[in-house]
Amino acid sequence: MIDKKWIGHELGASELVLDRARLRFFAEAIGEDDPIYTDVDAARAAGYADLPAPPTFLFAAELDSSTVFQMLETLGVPLDHILHGEQSFTYHQPACAGDTVTVKARIEDLYDKKNGAMEFIVKASQAHNQRGELVVEMRSVIVYRH
Amino acid sequence: MTALTHDAVSVGDTLPPLRLPPVTRTRLALFAGASGDHNPIHIDLDVARHAGYPDVFAQGMLGMAWLGRLLTRWAPQSHLRHLEVRFRGITWLGNAITCTGHVVEKLEHGGEPCVRVEIQAADQYGQIKTVGEALVALPH
Repeated sequence: MIDKKWIGHELGASELVLDRARLRFFAEAIGEDDPIYTDVDAARAAGYADLPAPPTFLFAAELDSSTVFQMLETLGVPLDHILHGEQSFTYHQPACAGDTVTVKARIEDLYDKKNGAMEFIVKASQAHNQRGELVVEMRSVIVYRH
Repeated sequence: MTALTHDAVSVGDTLPPLRLPPVTRTRLALFAGASGDHNPIHIDLDVARHAGYPDVFAQGMLGMAWLGRLLTRWAPQSHLRHLEVRFRGITWLGNAITCTGHVVEKLEHGGEPCVRVEIQAADQYGQIKTVGEALVALPH
C-alpha cells in the first residue's frame, strides 16, 4: 500500500518552454488539421499571439521534466502497473509558442478500492505563464493495479 | 462558417463527429515523442507483454487530445473553459475511434453564458473508451 503520509506532498516545479516545432509535432501526432495549430499567420488571424497549445498539450510539462515518473518511483509504484483513470483541465488563459509555463503539483489524495487491490493517486497541478498568470489547472487520477 | 452563439444552440444539439483512422504503432510512437509520455508500455511490445498485455495500446491522453479536437472544431479553443474525462477502456491497435458529443445544458458560469457538452470516444465496435464533459463559453 502507498503510504498515506504522501497526501499533500508537493512535487518539484516543471518548466516547459513552448516552441513552434514542438507544437507542430504535437499537432501532427494527434492528426490536428486546423491551420491555427501549425500556421503562425492563421493563429494570429484567429486572435492568438502565436501558435496556441492544444487543450491537452500542457500535460507534457510534468512528463518532460520526469516529475510524474519520479513521483511514481517515490511512491513505489511500478510504471507497468498504472493506468490513467481520469483527467481534467480548467482553462484560464491561452498558452502559445513563445510562452514559458511553470507547473507546480501536489498529491491531493491517495485511496484504494477492492481491499487495496487497486490504489488511486490524485495529483493536482497549476500552470502559470512567464507573467505569473494562471493558465490552466489540471487534475489527474492515476490507477495502480497490483 | 457562421459563428456559434449561445442563443442558436439547443440542448440535444450534436457536435459534428470526429472520425479517426485506426490506431497504428507509428501513431503511438509519434504521440509518445510529442506528448512527452515515454512510458514504454505504449511503444515496446516486449514491455507490454511482460506486463501481461497482449500488445501495446494507446496512451489515454491521445484519446483525450482527440476529444479536444472534437471540441475545437466546433467552438474556438479560446471559448473552452473546462474539459474532463474518465478513461473507461483501453484503446488497442486497429481501433478506429469516433469522437462524439452533444449539448446537455445551457447555463451561466462565472458570469458567462456557457453550454455543457457530454463527450465520448468509442471504437468501431461501439465500445466506449473515454467519456467526459466540457464547458464551453458561447456569446449570446
